Amino acid sequence: MLRFILKRFFWLFFVLLGLCAITFVLSRVVPGDPAAVYLGPRAKAEQLAEVRVKLGLDKPLHVQFLYYLEDLLRGDFGESLRTHRPVMVGIWEHLPASLELMFSAMLMATLIGIPLGVISAKKENTLTDHFSRFFAVASTSLPSFWLAMLFQILFFKWLGLFPIGGRMDTVVSLVNPIEKITGFYVLDALLSGNWTALKNVLHHLFLPAVTLASYSTGVITRMTRSTMLEVLREDYITTARSIGVGEGEILFVQGLRNALAPTLTAAGLGFAYMLIGTVFIELIFFWPGIGTYVTNAILLNDYPVIMGVTLLMATFYVVVNLIVDILIALVDPRIRFE
Amino acid sequence: MLTVNATHNHPSRRREVLRSLNLVFGNPLTTLGLVIIVVLLLTAIFAPVLAPYPDQGKGLSNLKERLAAPSWNHPLGTDNLGRDIFSRILFGARISLQAAVFVVLIVVVIGVPLGLIAGYFGGKTDELIMRFADMILAFPSLLLAIAIVASLGPSLFNALFAISIPWWPWYTRLMRSQVISIKEMQFIESARAIGVSRWRIMFRHILPNCLSPIIVQATLDMGYIILAIASLGFLGLGTQPPAADWGVMVSEGREYFMKQWWISTFSGAAIFLTVLAFNLLGDGIREAMDPKIRWRFQKM
Repeated sequence: MLRFILKRFFWLFFVLLGLCAITFVLSRVVPGDPAAVYLGPRAKAEQLAEVRVKLGLDKPLHVQFLYYLEDLLRGDFGESLRTHRPVMVGIWEHLPASLELMFSAMLMATLIGIPLGVISAKKENTLTDHFSRFFAVASTSLPSFWLAMLFQILFFKWLGLFPIGGRMDTVVSLVNPIEKITGFYVLDALLSGNWTALKNVLHHLFLPAVTLASYSTGVITRMTRSTMLEVLREDYITTARSIGVGEGEILFVQGLRNALAPTLTAAGLGFAYMLIGTVFIELIFFWPGIGTYVTNAILLNDYPVIMGVTLLMATFYVVVNLIVDILIALVDPRIRFE
Repeated sequence: MLTVNATHNHPSRRREVLRSLNLVFGNPLTTLGLVIIVVLLLTAIFAPVLAPYPDQGKGLSNLKERLAAPSWNHPLGTDNLGRDIFSRILFGARISLQAAVFVVLIVVVIGVPLGLIAGYFGGKTDELIMRFADMILAFPSLLLAIAIVASLGPSLFNALFAISIPWWPWYTRLMRSQVISIKEMQFIESARAIGVSRWRIMFRHILPNCLSPIIVQATLDMGYIILAIASLGFLGLGTQPPAADWGVMVSEGREYFMKQWWISTFSGAAIFLTVLAFNLLGDGIREAMDPKIRWRFQKM
C-alpha cells in the first residue's frame, strides 16, 4: 500500500512540474512584449529595457523557467496587471466562495446520483429506469451557463422562490454580518450561531449548487447504474438474497461496496468538471469566487491571474485525483496490486 | 489443397452486422439521436436555402425590428440587433459542425500517429509519448483551452487549436491500446518475416485495422467538442461577432434575458439538443458494442 502511495506521489511531482512548464510556455507565448504589458502603453524605451532585466526576460529560457519555479515555490504567482496586487492574495480572497459552492455541489451530486443509479439498476428496463437514464444523459449534455440562466428566470423571475445571485442579501450582511472565521459563510454562520444569516446564505447557495451539481449527478448516476448492473448479477448477491438478507441491505451495502470504485472515479471526473463549470456558474449567479476572478482577468487580458488560477486549478485537480486513486485502492484491494 | 474461406463467412458476417444495427436502432433514444444529427447536418448544409433571412444569419443587422418577440415573421424572435434568431441558429449549425470537424481532424492527425508510434515501438519511445500525453490529460481540458486562447488572443482558429491540444491524448491512448493488441497477431509477424519495412507495417497494415474504434470515438466526441466551442464562444474567446456562434448568441442574449428571454433560450437549446443527440447516439453504439450488454439483450 505504501509503495503504491509513494509511486503515486512521485508521479504527482512530475505532473506538477509538467503543469508549471505548460503554464510557463503559455505565459511566454503571449503576443507582444511582456515588459510592455507590464508597464502599459506609454512606457519609454529605457523603462522597457529596465523592466526586461527586472523580469529576467533577457536570460535564456531555461533560466527563466528556473526563476519561475522558484517564484512558484515561494507562492509568488506574479501580480495582477489590473490591480497590481499579488495573484496569490486575489486567489486566497476568492477561493472560499468557490470551495463552498463546489463542496455543496459535490454533496448534492453524490447524495442524488448514487441512490438514483442504484434504484435505476435495480429496476432495470422499467419506466423509472428509462426516465433516470434519460435524465442522466440530458444532464451531461446541458451547457451549464444555459441551465444557470434558465434556473434564474424560472426560480427568480417567474416563481420568485430564489434570489438572482450573490452569496448573501446586502441587507442581511449589514444587519446580521457573519463573523469571519473560515471564510466559508455556511460554516461561519453555523459556528457563530447566526441563524438569520445561515438561512440567507443557504438560500443563495441552493441554485448555483444545483446547477453546478447537474453534470456530475448525471455522470455519477450513469456510472453507478452500469456498475451496479454488473454487481447485481454476481453469485454472491443471489446467495445473499436466498439466505434472506433484506433487499435494502443487498443494494446499498453488499452491492454498492463493490460498485464504489468506478463511482469514485466518476465522482473525480465530475469534480474536474466542477472546476471548469464554476467559471460559468459564478459568472451567471454573480458569485464572488475564483471563476469570477478569472473571467474578469480574461476580459482584461490579465495574464498573470489567468495563468495563476489555471495552475492552481490544475494542481487541485491532480491532487484530488490522487486522493481518489488512493481511496479506490483502499476500498478495492485488486487495484493495489496492478 | 488450400482454399480461401472468405466467401463462407458472408452470411454470418451479414447477420452480425444486422444484429448490431438492430441493437443500436432498437433503442428509440439512439434513433432519436441519429435523427437529430441528420437534421443538424442537413440544416448546416442547406442553411442559406432554409433560413428565412440568410443575410441576418450571417450578421446583417436589422435595427428596426430589434428585440422582437417570436412571431409569424420571426418564429424564434430577433436579437438585440434585430437579426432573426432562427436564421442565426441555422447558420450557427454550420459554424459548429465545421469547427467540430476541424478539431476532430487535428486531434486525429496528431493523436493517432503518436499512438501508433508509441504502441508499435514500445520501450522508451512509448514511455516518453505516454508520459507527455498523461501530463496533458492531467489538466482539466477546458481550463487549458481557456488559458491557451487567453495567451494567443481570441479568435475562432485559436479556440479550435486550443480545444485540440487537451483532446489529442485520448486518441493516442486509444490508438496505442489498439496497436498493442494487434501487433502480436500472425499477419503482422508474417509481414515482418517477409521483410516489410516498419513504417509500411505501421501505416499500411496496422493502421487500417485500428480505425473503427477511432471513428466511433470521434463521432461520440463531436458533441462535447461542439459544447467546448460554444463554451469558449460564451466567454468571448472563440468565434467573434457578427458570426452566428451559438455560444456567442447565448452570451449576447444575457443582457436582455429577463425580458427578451428568447435570444439565449433558443440558442442554448440548440447547443443542448446537439450535444444530447451525439450522447444518445454514442450511448447506443457503445451499448451495442459492449459484449456484456449485448449478451443481456440478445434473445438466446
